[in-house]
Amino acid sequence: MTAVAAAPTRRVRAASAPGRSRESRGTRLGLGLAAWAVGLLFVLPLVWMVLTSLHSETDAASPSPQVFAPLTLEGYREFFGAASGANPWPALINSLWAAGVSTILVVLLAVPAAYALSVKPVRKWSDVMFFFLSTKFLPAVAGLMPLYLIAGRLQILDNIWFLLIIYAAMNLPIAVWMLRSFLVDIPPALFEAASLDGAGLLTTLRRIILPIISPGVAATALICFIFAWNEMLFARVLTGVTANTAPVYLTGFVTSQGQFLAQVCAAATVVSLPVLIAGFAAQDKLVQGLSMGAVK
Amino acid sequence: MTATEAPPATTSARTIRASQTDAQGYPTEPRARWIRRAPLVPAFVFMIVVTQLPFVATLVISFFRWDAFRPDDRGFAWFDNYVNVFVDADMRASVLTTITLTVSVVLLSLVLGLGVALLLNRKFFGRSLVRTMIIAPFLVVPVAAALLFKHAIYNPTFGLINGVLGWFGLEGVDWITQFPLGSIIFQLVWQWTPFMTLILLAGLQSRDHEVLEAAGLDGASSWQMFVFMTLPHMRRYLELAGLLGAIYIVQNFDAVFTITSGSLGTANLPYTIYQTLFTAQNYGLASAQGVLVVIGTIIVSTFALRSVSSLLKEEASR
Repeated sequence: MTAVAAAPTRRVRAASAPGRSRESRGTRLGLGLAAWAVGLLFVLPLVWMVLTSLHSETDAASPSPQVFAPLTLEGYREFFGAASGANPWPALINSLWAAGVSTILVVLLAVPAAYALSVKPVRKWSDVMFFFLSTKFLPAVAGLMPLYLIAGRLQILDNIWFLLIIYAAMNLPIAVWMLRSFLVDIPPALFEAASLDGAGLLTTLRRIILPIISPGVAATALICFIFAWNEMLFARVLTGVTANTAPVYLTGFVTSQGQFLAQVCAAATVVSLPVLIAGFAAQDKLVQGLSMGAVK
Repeated sequence: MTATEAPPATTSARTIRASQTDAQGYPTEPRARWIRRAPLVPAFVFMIVVTQLPFVATLVISFFRWDAFRPDDRGFAWFDNYVNVFVDADMRASVLTTITLTVSVVLLSLVLGLGVALLLNRKFFGRSLVRTMIIAPFLVVPVAAALLFKHAIYNPTFGLINGVLGWFGLEGVDWITQFPLGSIIFQLVWQWTPFMTLILLAGLQSRDHEVLEAAGLDGASSWQMFVFMTLPHMRRYLELAGLLGAIYIVQNFDAVFTITSGSLGTANLPYTIYQTLFTAQNYGLASAQGVLVVIGTIIVSTFALRSVSSLLKEEASR
């Protein structure tokens, strides 16, 4: 394709309206700078969070933003209970446990399910897919109360296992949809060859499917981990003292005033750190996970 | 779903055992069918037990008088709870709040997300770093993000906004008191724009570049290409991003709870139900509220499912 072919008949417009490839250097530079400006604007609150967390409480509470104030770990020491004796570790460990174990449970349930919905599909596989999806559409808050009453009756309120089972149900549809989108990408010829060679279900799963979709499984697991780690409503309702999670611990700062600003920012940073790490690790597959595999 | 639906990808593999399968390649023997279903059963049963049974319980409880503060007065109440929901002015207000909150956050972050995606879709120096910076807000724990905005950004005396305004000699206001819902919307737009950007960017990158190039050579202006080629192609992605975003934002509890604690007219439905359940301890009423929210969601999500279903059908026919 060359410009010559199109030029003669559309001379007038072509001259006045430059196409994508011919846009001026200035425009390109300007739009690049605009992208940088937008990026910086979006990340600014986070930079401010980390910066404030590293300031003393006096500097943090200054009415005029102290950008160049001396850095200190005071806020972090306070968050971990240097003076107050508060101990966020149980909450952090509970979160790690709830998010970690529920994610393992999700992967164990979702890999075979996604297989039965794509590679060797059951009849009405798309109905089943929609069943999984529809559970995501139902507002969680409507199922909260019976779960609370059941947990109270069974005396498993404030029990991390009950919470992580709910987290598994919360993430299972996402995992099934996402993993299926990875499985349908495997060429069918591969399964034909395997079944001609006499490979059974388990062999096929272990030797062919898992190696191919393991990056997909990792991304799925990271996204489920993020959602479980972030969850607050169920954790707040279903846990109390011993099983409370990191986001619930954070709600303790809701009413705190300015004198704890550095500590609040340190708390927000510490609790967000695992999610930021998991998110950046899964960055390439993040879209696929967030759209439940609909967008690749 | 229907007989016309294309058989899934592996039909040819199954022709080997053609005698046991039907025209669409599904096994006909009961035993073979169950072998095929087996990997699905654990996940399916798990979902029914953990997500469907509680809803059934909610439905049943919604027809009962059940108030923890009045333990002796428990019994079948027909539709009393539902009537009470509709009579309750707070409940009607929270429906309106939920709609305002959801629609404004979704629309604002969609428009912003499209703009950011268009900027990110170009080659420029440090693009991947900028992309990472834009994703970052989505990767902050929601409660932490809400706390950050409440204390470090909106606070009238030590917050960042008023501090920066002070540099220019401007007098700030108490943002949360003056604009309670606006403060929540602003924080959520900051957090959800990256989500929209990611999905829309994937859409932009799936455009046919040869066609775009040809249009450019034929003298189409950037604006013409955007309106007549990019937007129609992006419709599906805009719908998907909007609907998925709406599903999450309708259910938002963290921002409302953290920034305003539901005061100043910001209590949305999840917050109101939470209140009925834990402050008022009225289980019957909370259930009726829950059921009505589910019905509302089903109406909205029917549209959402249709949109996602078109994506799935496209895949099945590929």
